[in-house]
Amino acid sequence: MAVLLTKDSKIICQGFTGAQGTFHSERAIEYNTNIVGGVTPEKGGTKHLNIPVFNTVAEAKIKTNCNASGVFVPPPFAADAILEAVEAELDLVVCITDGIPTSDMQRVRREMKGSKTRLVGPNCPGVLTPGVGKIGIIPGHICKPGRIGVVSRSGTLSYESAVQTAQLGQSTIIGIGGDPVNGTNFVDALELFLNDSETDGIVLIGEIGGTAEIEGAEFIKTWSGKFKKPVAAFVAGAAAPKGRKLGHAGAIVNSGAETADAKKEALKSAGVEVAETITKIGEAMKVSMGVS
Amino acid sequence: MDIHEYQAKQLLSKFGVEVPPGEVVYQTHEAENIVSWLNEEKIIVKAQVHAGGRGKAGGVKLCKSNEEVIETVDKMIGMKIITPQTSEEGKIVRRVYLEKGYEIEKELYFCITVDRETGGNTIITSKKGGMNIEEVADKNPEEIHKLKISPGGDLLTHHARTIAYNLGLTGVAAKKAQKNILGLYKAFTSLDAALIEVNPFAVVKGGDVIALDCKASFDDNALYRQRQVAEMKDENEYDPLELEAARHDLNYVKLDGNIGLMVNGAGLSMSTMDIIKYYGGEAANFMDVAGAATPTRVAAAFKLIYKDPDVKGILINIFGGMMRCNDIAQGLVDASKEVGLDKPLVVRLEGTNVEMGMDILKNSGFPIKPAETMEQAAQDIVALVQEKK
Repeated sequence: MAVLLTKDSKIICQGFTGAQGTFHSERAIEYNTNIVGGVTPEKGGTKHLNIPVFNTVAEAKIKTNCNASGVFVPPPFAADAILEAVEAELDLVVCITDGIPTSDMQRVRREMKGSKTRLVGPNCPGVLTPGVGKIGIIPGHICKPGRIGVVSRSGTLSYESAVQTAQLGQSTIIGIGGDPVNGTNFVDALELFLNDSETDGIVLIGEIGGTAEIEGAEFIKTWSGKFKKPVAAFVAGAAAPKGRKLGHAGAIVNSGAETADAKKEALKSAGVEVAETITKIGEAMKVSMGVS
Repeated sequence: MDIHEYQAKQLLSKFGVEVPPGEVVYQTHEAENIVSWLNEEKIIVKAQVHAGGRGKAGGVKLCKSNEEVIETVDKMIGMKIITPQTSEEGKIVRRVYLEKGYEIEKELYFCITVDRETGGNTIITSKKGGMNIEEVADKNPEEIHKLKISPGGDLLTHHARTIAYNLGLTGVAAKKAQKNILGLYKAFTSLDAALIEVNPFAVVKGGDVIALDCKASFDDNALYRQRQVAEMKDENEYDPLELEAARHDLNYVKLDGNIGLMVNGAGLSMSTMDIIKYYGGEAANFMDVAGAATPTRVAAAFKLIYKDPDVKGILINIFGGMMRCNDIAQGLVDASKEVGLDKPLVVRLEGTNVEMGMDILKNSGFPIKPAETMEQAAQDIVALVQEKK
């Protein structure tokens, strides 16, 4: 089985009838994703894209038995939408929304303590399992079924990685997002891929800011024997000036440990094959796996 | 978003944090009234610019007479502050802050910041205040205390007590520090701050505990609900091109090189800067055309980069996910018409609706060099810009 998104997933879209929710649900349906419903308050009982719309996530769950959601709700309301899906006890919530206040996400983190729901994002491109479906905005046509797991903070760099690993194909692509406080992190994603029998190698795409890549490297160092998979990585932002926030709310270098160089060194010391430019990530994956 | 020291102190005092009495002035003659209002033996005159290290650059002066204050204000307004945190040109001082000077007994350090590891906030304190905290962390890491508050949690009285003891305070000073610490944390969470740093957090003669200097920065994503903070934005502190970009909701940061970039996605934009550097060039800017791309927004982004006199060539690197390549292409053609394109332009488009996008560019009649890969695009633009020299 691939990770997070499988043939059994029943997916809803929160913010379904908005412009982004509509556009990307259409793309997901074209990609044969099993979208069973949508949620937009005040529009319950109607149909959109020929799919039933509900007022609440709880109602959608009763009527469709959904277990996963994609959140396309605007920033001021997105944290609440995530928590609505968490309270409905969905297995997976993927939040695409960019621009959620950090303190709202801190509250989400608190409310999710002990919850069985997995959150991916926010400010992320989502999750895609080639040949199965997608939640989010990753273009389906650039992904090929295969055995490489991709985990990335950046959306567009996950697309680059998909294109460059086309020959090997991907088991699942996970965009964890560029916000300072998020759900799934590198360690979680690495663990999922490590335990997935359909994943043979892992591409990890990090960037400046925070220390999630270094925690990922520490986790990789604990792998041994049968529980070990080849990893290739790239860290964006080597040319970034200190103290300037580059696009992502989380992409800012405040201390030495947060630079691209420090992260690359940590990954190298864990035996990871590190690409010097993003265009060499496919090659690095092959080197790491010993294939040509 | 950053604010000035005096603005941070105004905000903090509303939360019960002790700050020195003071007032900001924009012109020398305003200082006369303020000096008599303050009526203090010692007054500190402080340049208000968004950059650390202003003390060493002549931006802070202790004055002992009214005449000295006015003379200092007169010198400071209009002067350039150049510190390791500013560009080489420095920053022009447009506002100065006059406040009461104290006899300091202890200089401590206090800071609240978002902890990305825990998802909560962390309070960093040290007995070694008044100096660069990174230096303290390097040389005397045992002098740094960290207290982690769980995500969404409150700072409780016993936390504040622990912090005060860690700062070596006892008795009345500890009590006064606790009140300040609780106020600082309340301000941090109520105002959606990203960082509040008080350095020095000082014990002064007579036993009061006061926030003598303060730096505050706020979560841009929360400004929509923090109007009093948002209104404190000083546009003079920003590059004019960055302000224009912000009006179009573009993520733009001016850099030192000569290759203008327009990219979708923060990660791809950083990687494009990286690969240009790898092939011997240097980016003139970071530009993430984030979110939904309409032809109007793309045109605005392109014109903005084009307007920068440092830009000798432009690289456009778009991988359509949330964005549609045909929208990008249409926006580019419209903008090229408007500016009468005469700088090298290399375009790499990939993703949603890419063929439609490429067709629009090919049929535009402008000399636009398409590149199949990002690698090719980076090599092409570096070569074209070097040729031009």
